[in-house]
Amino acid sequence: MVKNLQKDARGFFIGGVVALLCSGTVAAEPITVVSWGGSYGAAQDNALFNDASKNSGIDINRESGASMSKTCLQVESNSVSWDLVVTGSGGAAAAAAKGCLEKIDYSVVDVSDFYPNLYTDYCVGSDVFATVMAWNTDKYGEPGSANAPKSWADFWDVKKFPGTRSYRANNVDGALEPALMADGVPADKVYEVLSTRAGIERAINKIRELKPHIAVFWESGAMQAQLMKDGEVDMITGWNGRFDNAKKDGAKVGYTFNQALLDYDCFAMPKGAPNKETAMKFLAEISKAEYQANLPFHITYGPTNKKAYEVTTAPKELLEALPSHPKNVPLMMPVSLDWYATHRAEALELYMELLSE
Amino acid sequence: MPVSPDIEKSSLHSQELQSQKKREEWMLLGLSLPAIFVIALVVILPVGWLFYLSFVDSQGSFSFEHYQKMVEYKSYARVFIATFKVSALTTLICVALGYPIAYFLAALPSRWSGIFMLAVLLPFWTSLLVRTYAWLVLLQRKGLLNDLAIQIGLWDSPVKLVHNMTGTLIGMAHIMLPFLVLPLYGAMKKIEPDMMQAASNLGASPVRAFCSIYLPLSVSGLAAGSLIVFVLCLGFYVTPAVLGGGRVVMVATQITAILEHQFDWGAASALGVVLLLATVLVLYLAGRFFKFDTALFGKR
Repeated sequence: MVKNLQKDARGFFIGGVVALLCSGTVAAEPITVVSWGGSYGAAQDNALFNDASKNSGIDINRESGASMSKTCLQVESNSVSWDLVVTGSGGAAAAAAKGCLEKIDYSVVDVSDFYPNLYTDYCVGSDVFATVMAWNTDKYGEPGSANAPKSWADFWDVKKFPGTRSYRANNVDGALEPALMADGVPADKVYEVLSTRAGIERAINKIRELKPHIAVFWESGAMQAQLMKDGEVDMITGWNGRFDNAKKDGAKVGYTFNQALLDYDCFAMPKGAPNKETAMKFLAEISKAEYQANLPFHITYGPTNKKAYEVTTAPKELLEALPSHPKNVPLMMPVSLDWYATHRAEALELYMELLSE
Repeated sequence: MPVSPDIEKSSLHSQELQSQKKREEWMLLGLSLPAIFVIALVVILPVGWLFYLSFVDSQGSFSFEHYQKMVEYKSYARVFIATFKVSALTTLICVALGYPIAYFLAALPSRWSGIFMLAVLLPFWTSLLVRTYAWLVLLQRKGLLNDLAIQIGLWDSPVKLVHNMTGTLIGMAHIMLPFLVLPLYGAMKKIEPDMMQAASNLGASPVRAFCSIYLPLSVSGLAAGSLIVFVLCLGFYVTPAVLGGGRVVMVATQITAILEHQFDWGAASALGVVLLLATVLVLYLAGRFFKFDTALFGKR
C-alpha cells in the first residue's frame, strides 16, 4: 500500500506539481467531458452532467468544442486529455474506423432499456434528433396550416414557395437524402439509389438545380439558429432542437418532421482516455433513464433510453414534440450508418465539387 | 606603367578591410545561430512534416494518392482559382483605396498625419473576428445598410451584399488595407517634396509631375504592400468563411473541411503543400521584377 502510494506520488510529480497540490489524498481524478457549445451543451449540463456528477461522486471538468477530428489528433499524437466526447453517430463511426475510439464496456454501461439501433461497440446514444426542413413562419405560415410547406419537394419548389434557401456547407451528412426525396424517390429506397455513383450524382444534380436559390450554406447548429433569427433566409435544413430554441428566443421559425432524417448523437471515449474506468462509470450513470427523462425540458431531443418515457415528468405536448416520439417516428427516415461508412468519402468529394462551382 | 606606392598601400588597406569584414560576418553568423536554430525548429521541421504527411496514404505507405485526388476532382482546381481570384481582387481594391489614403497621409503635416494614421491603425488592433461579424451585421438582408437604404429610398428590396463574393471582398479589403497603406506611406514619406516643386518649375503639369516623379518613386512601396496583401489573402480563413456564406470556397476553407469532416491529415497536408508552393512561386516571380529588400527592409 505504502509502495503504491509512493508510486502514485511519483506519478503525480511527473504529471506536474499542480496535480499533486490539487489531489492531496488519493481520490479519483476528475474526468473530462466534452460537448458542443450553444443550447445543446447547456441542456446536457442541466439534464445530465450536473446531477449525475453529484449522485455518483465523480468530479467532472466540462469542456466545449467536441470534435472527432480533434479526438483523433489527440489519439494519434499520444496526448489524450479527454475522457468522454459528444459526437454525431456518423462521426463516431468514422472515428472508430480510424481506430480513435475505445470500446464501450457494456458490463458497466447498462443498455438493456435502450432502443436497439442507438448504441454501437464504440458509442452510446445520448439523444435522438432530426434533420428537418424549417422555414420563416411569417413568410410561409405556421406548420400544419394549409399553405405551409410539407415535403422536400416543397423545399425545392421555388415557384410555389418563392424565397431564399439555406443548405449544409462543407459536409455531406444529411445533404443528399432530402434531394432524392424531392426528386421522387420514396424514403425506403433512398439509400438503395445512393449506393451507386449514378445515384449520388442524381442527388447532387438535384441540389445543383436549387443552388441559385441557396443564399447561404450553413456550417453549424448555432448558425442555423442565427440565420432564422436574423431573417437572412426563408427556408433551411437543420436540427430540430436548434429551431425550437431559436423560436424561444423570438425567431419566426417552424418546421415539420415529415420526411425528416432521424439520427442520434452519442458519447464516445477516445482510445487511451486518461481515466477510462471512472469515465465508463460516469457514462453508465448518465445513460440511466432518470437523467435522460430531464433532457426534453432543456432541448427537444428525445431520450435513447426507452424507460425515460416512463419515468419522465414532462407534459404530453413536450413529449409529442420529440423526434423519437412514437407519433413522429413513422413520418421520418432513419439515417443509415452503413451507407455513410462505405460511401461518405466519395459523396463528400462530389458535394465539395458542387459547392466550389 | 609603374604602380605608385600610394595605390599599393591602399590595396593593402583594402585587404585588411576585407579580412575584417569576413571576421565580422562570421561573428554575426555566430550570433544569429540560436535564431536560426529556433527557426529550423518551428518552421523547417513542421513544414518538412507537412510534406511528409502529404505523401503518405491511410495505410502509412508512400503514395501520390492525395495529389491524384486533387487532379481527379475538379473542386480542388476551382478552389485554387477562387483563392487567386479573391486575392487578386482584394489587392486591386486595396490599391485603389490605399494609394489615395497613403498619399493624403504623406502630404499632411506630421501632427495631423498621426491622427489620421490612427484611423488606419485602429481597426488593425481590433480582433479580426469582431470586424468580420460587424460586417455581417451591417451587410445582411435585414442588416443596417439594407434597412437604411430602403428607408431613404435608395433601393426597394434588400440587395444581396453578403454571403457572396461582394461581402467577402468588402470584408477582406477592410482587413487588408493597413498592410498596403503602411509600406506605401513609408515609401511616400521618403520622396522629397522639393522634387515635385522642381518638376513644376521646369514646366511639368501636376499630372505629368505625378506620373514621371511621384509614381515611380512610390512604386516600390506599392509593390511591397500589394505583395503582402496578396500573399496574406492566399491563406485567409475567417473572413471568407463567414462573409462568403459557403459560396466562396477558398483553400483554407477546403483544408478545414477535410480535417473536420474526413480526419484526413494527408489530403489536407497535400493542399497545404500546393498552396505553400504557389505562394513561394508568387514571391519568386515578384522578386524578379522588384527589389523588395529596399521597400520591405529599408536597405539602400
